[in-house]
Amino acid sequence: MIDLIYKIGHFLLITIFTMALGLLFMGIARKIVARIQKRYGPPIYQPYLDVLKLFGKNAITHGFIFDFGAVMALGGVITTLFFIPLGSWQLYSMEGTVLLIIYLLAVASLGMAMGTVGSGNPQASVGISRALTQMLGYELPYLVILFALIFRYQTSSIWGLMQAQAGSFLNWNLFAYPLMALVAFVVLIGMMGKKPFDAMIAPSEIGSGPVVESGGKYLGMLLLQKSITIIIELALYVNLFLGGADNIFSFSFKMLIVWVLATMFGSLFPRFRIEDGVKFFWKWPLGIAILQALYIII
Amino acid sequence: MNNNFVKGSWQEILDWAQNKSINMLHYCTGCGAIELPPTMTSRYDMSRFGIGPAATPRQADLLLVTGYLSTKTLRRLVYTYEQMQAPKFVVGFGSCTINGGMYWDSYNTIKQLDKYLPVEMYIAGCMPRPEAILDGLLKLKKMIADGEADGYQRYEENKDFYHQNQEAVLGEVQRTQ
Repeated sequence: MIDLIYKIGHFLLITIFTMALGLLFMGIARKIVARIQKRYGPPIYQPYLDVLKLFGKNAITHGFIFDFGAVMALGGVITTLFFIPLGSWQLYSMEGTVLLIIYLLAVASLGMAMGTVGSGNPQASVGISRALTQMLGYELPYLVILFALIFRYQTSSIWGLMQAQAGSFLNWNLFAYPLMALVAFVVLIGMMGKKPFDAMIAPSEIGSGPVVESGGKYLGMLLLQKSITIIIELALYVNLFLGGADNIFSFSFKMLIVWVLATMFGSLFPRFRIEDGVKFFWKWPLGIAILQALYIII
Repeated sequence: MNNNFVKGSWQEILDWAQNKSINMLHYCTGCGAIELPPTMTSRYDMSRFGIGPAATPRQADLLLVTGYLSTKTLRRLVYTYEQMQAPKFVVGFGSCTINGGMYWDSYNTIKQLDKYLPVEMYIAGCMPRPEAILDGLLKLKKMIADGEADGYQRYEENKDFYHQNQEAVLGEVQRTQ
């Protein structure tokens, strides 16, 4: 019983911390993009104000499926948090978490898809179909990388893969397999929907895609979902390629470095059309990932 | 009494958050739209005041009507306004929204925006420069923080007046929620 209460408390703490950290990262990204465009930019705490404002607004629903989709998107990412080691914080560790996380992140995307079906807006449908198409693009190179890593270290838990890189920083996969880390970085940008691969949100073209009908509280919920998603994806990268960390502070710092780099790359490139984006993923990242995987296996 | 106090304080917090974070939907059918890109980009960066563009009416708090409205675009404007979520504000931009401006004797433009939608404030000029826009939006922020920007409540209270005026120009108006 005590154990259960401890776990629930721990879990709530992780969820709230992750939301706060994700929103802070979003604020930092807005500032960085503003500075690159020679603007002053909004204050770093702007996303917190946005969330507070959005939860204070009215919101209309488009039916049960719409509500359920938003809850499923948020629930999907919160569940994923169970299995991600954040520094020394981890609730469950077992074999196969690497693959489990890919499935659970897909649940969040499918929740979004359900919400857009409920809203019935054609632009939302275009947006979510692009998001799922893009998922098809980046998951293939990502899975090749994951299978190569699993083969190399003979473990399929994230914790195990992180432990395998312990010791010197030269053991990090970033230095051991730099090509793979590069591919994973490109995949990370695609996962987070940053600039070259943001055809699914495209505000000036399809009016922010999947969230086109979500206003007020729904948008606030999806903003929180986005903030957790960012942390999950960054944590995955840090655990797999930067050797994780012993405590949450150095872990957050590593995530911040990856996030700043991804933001900078993102603000330099124009947008890929969706078919070009998928073609790109299947040409360069997939090719390089297969070469590196062959190198590991042979 | 106590309950009212809690409600009032919570409303003040929400007003404070709302004044720091405004998503603006610019309805760009008039010529004033050309003044907005410099206001948003690096010369006069409006995002430092927490004002940014919104992609759709659902996500927007502020409806900026940039210039004249023909009767055809007024219909779309009314639909857009009714799609926005409750704390919502309208700002008239340029003299066309105040008294018709240079279109005062045109046969198919409306002259006073205030008769059709509850306007919080106007930014006068033909056209107002980015400095004037920023000045106006800062005043709007102050109004929101003080709880004076209550256009959406006026729209609910005087529904008959606004609907009558809209229908007098447009004929039948399809009411969305």
